[in-house]
Amino acid sequence: MWRRLTATEGGQGLLMVSPPLIYALALLAVPLGAILLFSFWTQDFMAVDTTFTLNNYREIAEKPIYGALLQRSLFVAGCVTIVTVIVAFPVAYFVSFHVRPERKSLWLFLITIPFWTSYLIRVFLWKVILGYNGVINTGLINLGLIEEPLTFILYNVNAVIITLAHAFAPFAILPIFVALEKIDRSLLEASQDLGESKFMTFLRVTLPLSMPGVVAAVLIVFIPTIGDYVTPELMGGAGGKLIANMIQTQFLALNNAPLGAALAIVAMLSVSAISLVFVLLNRRWLKGRS
Amino acid sequence: MSLRVYAIAYLIFLYAPIALLPIFAFNDATIIAFPLSGGTTKWFGELMTNRALHTAVGNSLFIAVMTSILSTLLGVCAARAGAMYRFPMKAGIMGFIMLPLVLPEIIVAVSLLVVVVQILDLGLSNWTIIAAHVLICTPFSIAILNGAFQNLDPSMEEAAMDLGESRFSAFRLVTLPLVMPGIIASMLIAFTISLDEFIIAFFLSGSSPTMPVYIWGLLRFPQSLPVVMALGTILVALSILLLTIAEILRRRGMARVGVKDKGGFL
Repeated sequence: MWRRLTATEGGQGLLMVSPPLIYALALLAVPLGAILLFSFWTQDFMAVDTTFTLNNYREIAEKPIYGALLQRSLFVAGCVTIVTVIVAFPVAYFVSFHVRPERKSLWLFLITIPFWTSYLIRVFLWKVILGYNGVINTGLINLGLIEEPLTFILYNVNAVIITLAHAFAPFAILPIFVALEKIDRSLLEASQDLGESKFMTFLRVTLPLSMPGVVAAVLIVFIPTIGDYVTPELMGGAGGKLIANMIQTQFLALNNAPLGAALAIVAMLSVSAISLVFVLLNRRWLKGRS
Repeated sequence: MSLRVYAIAYLIFLYAPIALLPIFAFNDATIIAFPLSGGTTKWFGELMTNRALHTAVGNSLFIAVMTSILSTLLGVCAARAGAMYRFPMKAGIMGFIMLPLVLPEIIVAVSLLVVVVQILDLGLSNWTIIAAHVLICTPFSIAILNGAFQNLDPSMEEAAMDLGESRFSAFRLVTLPLVMPGIIASMLIAFTISLDEFIIAFFLSGSSPTMPVYIWGLLRFPQSLPVVMALGTILVALSILLLTIAEILRRRGMARVGVKDKGGFL
């Protein structure tokens, strides 16, 4: 058996990949199965009642707070995604098309550094920037542009969106950059030789060819955003809490793990469904043209 | 030209929050707001005497070191398999291993919490956090190590084996030196991610918190905020240092195997 496994290339490859694969199966696939199972059970004071029931899902469907939180989470994630991708695209374009090749990795390095540095403290610093006595308010008052500090930029959904858009910025730039790098530059020359203006070349050649990167960027920002509870907790105030805060509360404060599990499943299914629809809508851009 | 201005403005936007850290870390006031009121280093002094913080930093360092070693070991296996072998269901298997990269962290956290506490009935400890951190760091390790393994010529190892080396010593003597910079880069990145990770650690830490979990507790008390700023300044400086080393090594590793640098960790 062992000899047969190591004799073929396929067998050797499978053997080589098996440690990370088994690890991912044990710590990802099994736990995901476990929360799915758990979501059909119920919490009975200290013990978990293991009779199969849809009660958790019924409660989520019936109590308006869960629907409202989910809706707000998806809205915030959508806004964050749109803002991040639109703001990031020109930067990726600049680095890919206007930076000398030997300087490109330096630019990418500079873009990614803030992403790796203490996430909690970065979120908190946005509170310092947007707060009542924050950088923006004191700055604007000193300049004489406003008399009273602005209050619409802290403890609400706007603040959550700004902070998350900042946190996920590099995540959006990298896939777009990779897609732009793959574009054959002679296609752009060809387009201009055939009489298109620079702007039309961008619209009809560069943009469509960069779509795989844009789609990847959208997914890589949209999906993890749903799971963040630090930013809404610190920046959102009472009206800016999201579904992840509710999942956290159910697990840690209310000790209702089954309901938390059901919420996690519902959140994940909604995100997956939206992502899937998005990919299908964009599939004409994703067909391999290498 | 205007694109360059935009890109620079964007960089300023990215760095703005971090730039504020040292300003408040050296500011002699307990309130984190403008106007500033003179310089001091007393917040750094408080860091030195805080026992609870030292325990938390110790936990985080232990977790980060173990995570960096384990996730790099798993990453080497996956990157080597991906670069040098064709095997059944390759795309599916590799995709599945990379999945934690896009999965919301809270999902990873709650699903492991359910398994560890409710199903296995084990206590939470530093090791539960290490297990989860290895899961989320392995995809990053693979992404970095792919660069090192990609253009490695398999015939070099075969040549060593033809000349009488065993499979393992061929790997150790030929491949390992070539991918070493990538390995160290991967360990540094995994270390940085683990040291900074909060969402998972908050769910899975036992009675003794990690550093980010401890900082989270401090954020609720206004009088402890300047200390957090001082700590943050040190952390940011440390991460930038580690990342710079990782980046230099990653580039050196790619140069060593003769790959053109396409830039970026991902």
